[in-house]
Amino acid sequence: MINEVTNVVLEVMPRFEGYVYPNEAAPQPLWSVLIVLYPYITGLVAGAFIMASLVRVFKVKALDPVYRLSLLTAFAFLLCAPLPLLFHLGHPERCFEVMMTPHLTSPMAIFGFVYAWYLMAVLLLELWFDYRQDFVEWSQNESGFRGILYRAFTLGVTDESEKAVALDLKLGWIISIIGIPSAFLLHGYVGFIFGSVKANPWWGNPLMPIIFILSAMVSGIALCVLNYMVLTWVRRHRLDMRCLDAMCMFLFYALVIDAAVEGLDWIHRIYSAEETFQTLRQLATEKLFWTLNIGQALLGTATPLLLLGTLQLIRKRVPDLARKRMYFASASLILLGVLAMRWNVVIGGQLFSKSLRGFMSYKMEPWGMEGWLMSGILLALPFIILTVMVKLFLAERLQESGHVPQAEEIEEAVEV
Amino acid sequence: MNDLSPTHLESATATTRTPVQTIRRSGAHLTRRSVLAKIGATLAGVLAAPAVRTAKAAVQKVFVSSGAPKGYDPTKHKWVMALDVNRCIGCGLCAEACKKENHVPEGHYFRTWIERYVITKPKPGSGASRGETLVDCPNGGMHGFGEPPVPKEDILHSFFVPKLCNLCEHSPCVQVCPVGATFDAPDGAVLIDPKYCIGCGFCVQACPYGCRFLNPVTKTAEKCTLCYHRITRGLKPACVEVCPTQTRVFGDLKNAGPEDPIQQFYQNNRVQALKPHLGTEPRVFYAGIDKEVR
Repeated sequence: MINEVTNVVLEVMPRFEGYVYPNEAAPQPLWSVLIVLYPYITGLVAGAFIMASLVRVFKVKALDPVYRLSLLTAFAFLLCAPLPLLFHLGHPERCFEVMMTPHLTSPMAIFGFVYAWYLMAVLLLELWFDYRQDFVEWSQNESGFRGILYRAFTLGVTDESEKAVALDLKLGWIISIIGIPSAFLLHGYVGFIFGSVKANPWWGNPLMPIIFILSAMVSGIALCVLNYMVLTWVRRHRLDMRCLDAMCMFLFYALVIDAAVEGLDWIHRIYSAEETFQTLRQLATEKLFWTLNIGQALLGTATPLLLLGTLQLIRKRVPDLARKRMYFASASLILLGVLAMRWNVVIGGQLFSKSLRGFMSYKMEPWGMEGWLMSGILLALPFIILTVMVKLFLAERLQESGHVPQAEEIEEAVEV
Repeated sequence: MNDLSPTHLESATATTRTPVQTIRRSGAHLTRRSVLAKIGATLAGVLAAPAVRTAKAAVQKVFVSSGAPKGYDPTKHKWVMALDVNRCIGCGLCAEACKKENHVPEGHYFRTWIERYVITKPKPGSGASRGETLVDCPNGGMHGFGEPPVPKEDILHSFFVPKLCNLCEHSPCVQVCPVGATFDAPDGAVLIDPKYCIGCGFCVQACPYGCRFLNPVTKTAEKCTLCYHRITRGLKPACVEVCPTQTRVFGDLKNAGPEDPIQQFYQNNRVQALKPHLGTEPRVFYAGIDKEVR
């Protein structure tokens, strides 16, 4: 049990217990930490987008202050989502074959299209329609590099008439509606990549896409909470507590559903206790003890459930500062917990032999393509991109057009 | 005005009708049935075309991605292997021959390997029908096996099980390949195009039998091909060639007579496949294995 913690940083023998097929007796699992990051980052995209659509489609006005931040978060992470997958390939130079000559029965092939659809047809378009009016105005007010950039981003469409702006909003709203199932599809498909592997009892599970979608929503909302808190802190602004309360309410309910479905999965596994159960039980109680029981269940799920649940009941009696701290702690724990969940799924699925007679271990290297450094860089990259985007598109000195992205406003505007 | 007289109109109508009627008469064989049949035939052609094209493409793929010689027709064969475990002595020659023949990288990479199963006697008074099952496979069984892990008098059953690609009818590895680099050849082999494989490892994860690995040199997926370069030239796979006990039986189901070893194997044995509950329908059958073999 302790070995599993130390193995992450320090090699501890034995590497294998019991019998594993010879081809499984590799020093590293085939899909290691990069493939842990891939569903993690993709999940954050889907969750952040759902957060934005709460404002746009579900008209949750309290969340207005985080609408654009959520969209930018989704975009920054989406740009980085395929990187771990790409770096992991044996022949990354052949990656375009997945799109050019896809094998249509493969979940991985279809993911390429789902990704492209989501990037090109959903996020980019929604951002552009939302920002177009601002781009036009900023390009007139800003000079130098920024001015050129904003002018380029208008794509030459500089019409600022009420009709044109109303059309922007309407189209943005339609794209947002298309975007919700697309976000579900994006991350559901990532879940299906694992859920479809019937050879692996830890993965092959019809609930897998649903669990992935729910945990994605939870992690994405938690990331938006953190981003919002950090951004206001950096800018020395006052936090909009109404917005924060609303975000964390959604975070709590998403977490309740997520925990319930994951619990259901376990209840089913324990009750049906199929051939593979003894192996999976040993995996959960020994091999993944720290990351599953402590990381994912206790710290990543139970503690935030307790904190956020308490706040749902006695929010008004908790002073702002304490509430902020509790929200911050919950969101951070959830982000860690979902990372632990991805680890448990991806690495856990490769810690036992398909012969069901033995276990492998995993030690993360400090350097190299699948090491600590590389994963740190890949996790930091979307935050760096997001910082640049926030500086460009959420800068304090830029006057925003102030249109409200809700449907009601659109309808009124269109009527005018 | 005369032109508009009713009689003239009638005659005009009559003259305009005539060509139509002529066409109908001249195409008297264009009955509803014949038209429907023609539409049906066209539709069938359109529908069948992709299937024909796929079959043709599969044949072409064989030549592009394997060392099959010119003149070999993959549609005229159905290769298969079967294993009589009762005969296996665990000498490991097959695993060694495979490594050499196919340039399988050194280390823990195997296209075929041998497992040793030792089922111990139950402890007296335990009420169990059998003891525990111990499995080992030192270095893929390549250099044989040492002393059993328990004293001989404690062993209830002990046997060797050679493993290789199960040649699944519904191969999960083929299903999940994102670029179609791995495919079912028409002659029953499951092949990989190394010039096309992107090295994602999805097929390795999808194979329930642990038969695939990523070659550390070429960075592409690899597995047993039944020694495709040999069988397409009328030779046996290397493992079959060197097996001293005829544990491994190899044959061509499309060209096997009743006296052929593969037909004899099916006739003389009740067979089992590995992990049948997964629905992969392995075409590699085993005779004489135990429920503990997975």
